[in-house]
Amino acid sequence: MKKCRARIVSKKELCEGIFDIRLRTEIAKDAKAGQFVLVFPNDPSRLLGRPLCICEADGDELRIVFRISGLGTKEISGISEDEEIMIEGPLGNGWNIKAAAGKEVLLLCGGIGAPALLQLAKKLGSQKGKEGGPKNVKAVLGYRNAPMNTFLAGDFENAGAEVVIASDDGSVGIKGNVIEAAGEKDIDCDVIFACGPMPMLKAVKSFADRKGIPAYISLEERMACGVGACLGCVVKTAAKDAHSHVNNARICTEGPVFEASEVIL
Amino acid sequence: MKDLSVSFCRMKFKNPVTCASGTFGSGIEYSEFVDLDGLGAITTKGVSVDAWEGNPTPRVAETPSGMMNAIGLQNPGADVFIKRDLAFLKKHDVPVIVNVCGHSTEEYVKAVKLLSEREEIALLEINVSCPNVKEGGIAFGTDPKSLFEITKAVKKVSKKPVIMKLSPNVTDIALMARSAEEGGADAISLINTFTAMKIDIYKKSFVLANRTGGLSGPAIHPIAVRMVYEASKAVSIPVIGMGGIACAADAIEMMMAGAVMVAVGMMNFHEPSLMTDIIKDIEAWMDETGTEKISDIIGCMH
Ligand SMILES: Cc1cc2nc3c(=O)[nH]c(=O)nc-3n(C[C@H](O)[C@H](O)[C@H](O)COP(=O)(O)OP(=O)(O)OC[C@H]3O[C@@H](n4cnc5c(N)ncnc54)[C@H](O)[C@@H]3O)c2cc1C
Ligand SMILES: Cc1cc2nc3c(=O)[nH]c(=O)nc-3n(C[C@H](O)[C@H](O)[C@H](O)COP(=O)(O)O)c2cc1C
Ligand code: FES
Repeated sequence: MKKCRARIVSKKELCEGIFDIRLRTEIAKDAKAGQFVLVFPNDPSRLLGRPLCICEADGDELRIVFRISGLGTKEISGISEDEEIMIEGPLGNGWNIKAAAGKEVLLLCGGIGAPALLQLAKKLGSQKGKEGGPKNVKAVLGYRNAPMNTFLAGDFENAGAEVVIASDDGSVGIKGNVIEAAGEKDIDCDVIFACGPMPMLKAVKSFADRKGIPAYISLEERMACGVGACLGCVVKTAAKDAHSHVNNARICTEGPVFEASEVIL
Repeated sequence: MKDLSVSFCRMKFKNPVTCASGTFGSGIEYSEFVDLDGLGAITTKGVSVDAWEGNPTPRVAETPSGMMNAIGLQNPGADVFIKRDLAFLKKHDVPVIVNVCGHSTEEYVKAVKLLSEREEIALLEINVSCPNVKEGGIAFGTDPKSLFEITKAVKKVSKKPVIMKLSPNVTDIALMARSAEEGGADAISLINTFTAMKIDIYKKSFVLANRTGGLSGPAIHPIAVRMVYEASKAVSIPVIGMGGIACAADAIEMMMAGAVMVAVGMMNFHEPSLMTDIIKDIEAWMDETGTEKISDIIGCMH
């Protein structure tokens, strides 16, 4: 865990408002799938780091893929190649990769939740069929509509996942949400990894509950410190959390990934 | 070697820099970034007798050059705090200031009794200024008479020096400082956060679930300097100054205004190693200006 400068290696706009930035940073080599970094705007009036998932980490290169959702991400999207930006990380727990061993794995990616799952897909893809690896990996990627350009779908395919596309308006792939699409395709699975908007995660939680299979979900909350100090980013938990001794876990530290049954959404 | 040490409540601190309660956990969380032993002191997150849940989320929001928080003093309770957090800090060579909160006089008194038995604690800081809990907290810190009474009550049972942490949400900070002093406080610290509000104009909703939250950060620094100046002039007990400290210059300014020690708050989130940098830069400023002892500048503007 450190805070340091990172140089922009490349920047692309994947579709309107969604940016793909590769950074050179020593943080990359310690990064695990499902962890995140804080990216600090250069504007000195915006003091808090923006939590963004580690989409890929390879050697000393880190990839982030994000949507402009306010002034901070807008500023970050405006940075040019060869410029530098401050980042802090890697933060959080990451995906429980062991839970995929010998399993039919289903990755559910809702919109801008997809970056959270790509490094996991790559890791699982490389272990597929091997001892300790998954039996099979399927990914359903949900988009709002066709102009979203099915961003990252090709990356999941390259990672060795069988990809199904869904969209809210049916303009690309199956019409419906990711769970409906998985149902339509009769996808059988015995473990789920998911990231996306809250309504989707709630649906994933109750779906996994009904099926009696584990689901790992990556959560979001407003953060200040990112390291567990401020207690800003908590989620309600079913049991008393070991750190807080109340029913609250810190998303930045005990998460962002939780077993769906552990948390109350 | 420049002399960065200060004496505070008849104890010697190797330098005047500590963290503001609630912005540094109990030190564990930032120990990968900061050499804890290099700090003047560590001030821990507010702790109460029993565990507190805190407020619903969102609990934090960014504001121009600052932030708002409404954590609601979530904490695991004094027993867990002693077993886990204090046990960790005990292994370090740094004085510990424990921040205490409660809903009622009885709760404050009970917590102070329990904690003041612990030899690993140097000082107790009593938070009577949290804007984010419905009972206790700020109600004690905005009325001079209540402040006087609560100070007297905790002083009666405390075996440690007591620092009363003051709220800036008052018209006359000097009056509040004097009430704490008259109640027997060994020191005061200020400022806690300003009660504030932020509205999402598209969702037509409050940004924080608690509706209001405490504003802190560089945005409030000049107000904090003014209040530290007024409060420290009004009393003869020592002051810990805080509010938006972002660099050595801010810390030095606070000391010139009358603070014996300074605390760094939300800027730790922006720059985890900030306190270490500030200590180094205070020393550089002393070199630059030929200041031999940092204690010489305390209250030099009075
Ligand atoms: C663990 C985690 C991982 C994330 N990964 C990604 C990702 O890979 N790609 C992506 O596009 N987005 C991701 N997000 C959401 C992203 O953090 C927000 O979109 C971003 O912080 C918005 O910043 P802003 O300055 O543009 O918005 P503003 O609204 O101007 O931000 C104001 C403040 O609110 C915070 N904030 C606003 N929206 C969110 C949000 N949804 N979640 C958390 N904090 C928020 C900001 O960090 C900032 O402190 C992630 C969030 C979390 C918690
Ligand atoms: C996230 C957060 C949590 C805080 N928790 C406490 C607390 O538990 N007890 C307390 O006395 N003050 C608490 N404070 C107030 C700070 O200690 C400090 O008084 C205030 O933030 C002003 O300093 P700053 O502007 O440097 O942040 C908290 C502040 C923040 C930002
Ligand atoms: S963001 Fe501070 S505890 Fe999670």
